Amino acid sequence: MTGFAILMAFLFAGHVIREWWGVPLPANVIGMILFIAALALRLVKLETVEKAADFLLRHMMLFFAPVVVGVVAFFPLIGREAAAFFGGLVVSAVAVMLVTGWTTRALAGKSAAVSGGYPAKAAEEAKSAADDDRSGTSV
Amino acid sequence: MKREVETVLPDWGSHPVFGMALTVIAYVASLRLQRRFPWLHPLFVTSGGLILMLVALRIPYEAYAAGGKVLEFFLGPATVALGVPLYRQFRRLRRNLAAILAGVTAGSATGLASAGLSAWLFGASQELIRSMMPKSVTTPIALELARDLGGVPELAAVLTVLTGLFGSMFGPALLRRCGVRDDLPLGIAIGTAAHGIGTARLIRESEPQGAASSLAMALAGIVTSVLAVFVRNGM
Repeated sequence: MTGFAILMAFLFAGHVIREWWGVPLPANVIGMILFIAALALRLVKLETVEKAADFLLRHMMLFFAPVVVGVVAFFPLIGREAAAFFGGLVVSAVAVMLVTGWTTRALAGKSAAVSGGYPAKAAEEAKSAADDDRSGTSV
Repeated sequence: MKREVETVLPDWGSHPVFGMALTVIAYVASLRLQRRFPWLHPLFVTSGGLILMLVALRIPYEAYAAGGKVLEFFLGPATVALGVPLYRQFRRLRRNLAAILAGVTAGSATGLASAGLSAWLFGASQELIRSMMPKSVTTPIALELARDLGGVPELAAVLTVLTGLFGSMFGPALLRRCGVRDDLPLGIAIGTAAHGIGTARLIRESEPQGAASSLAMALAGIVTSVLAVFVRNGM
């Protein structure tokens, strides 16, 4: 519960900063940036927030299912603009993947090309990192 | 909110507990169904089931939404929680940070531009164009960005989910065919384009790819939010 309280505090801070200082980012993104800073500066320990964070991330689908249900009101619009809806979706998804992949590949350096993307040590670490996240990021 | 015509609901139907209970039950049921039929995506089952039920029983959307809004609120702390995977992977992938940042930034800019542009070329309305632009980032951030850009959050949510499914299903094969075979660029590309849904698939197949993908997903959320500020000022 402490972890949840900490996350809420950062979200609240995000709202305050957006409203009072007019920072034009979404409040939840401001909260996330502050939270990452606090983790990096060791103001917040990872162990304190891990449980609450993993729970929220694992069940994120539950939280936006109601928004998806709200799309019923927009079925007529989607029907009218089906070509743009699906065409734009596919074109842009492909463009993002290729541009990101090519840019990262070009800059990742020779070590990446030789050892299949990861220097041996980093690969090991990434493996344990992914294990940590196995339950963490469902959507 | 209450006096809708032709509803089967009594007055308690517009109490928040109604929509909340309905959603949580549908969600748990969809998780169980997925255990038996792994190809069923729980989000489709949950939202699809709820939509069918609302339509079939003529339950007014407003009555459902009273409870839905309560659950939606948790997207706020869940987004903040994305800092945890970002922080974990950041420590491990630090040495490739420049390449990762460049890739995510280029991808995020491409996402905003290509979504807006292609929708416009297909003759979409302003409403759809503005909802389409943030669709590559994770859903709770896409919702907020769509709102800020003057789009429709519900449309953005559906577009985002579909983009994630598309990228998760076809992304890895497409990238390999186009010469992106290493773990790092492939993971970063999927995380940037297909957020958590793409990440979930990579984590199951390759741990280094999954790690890169979950870092990219959180980073792309931040970078796209910043880029969206310029877009908004320019529109």
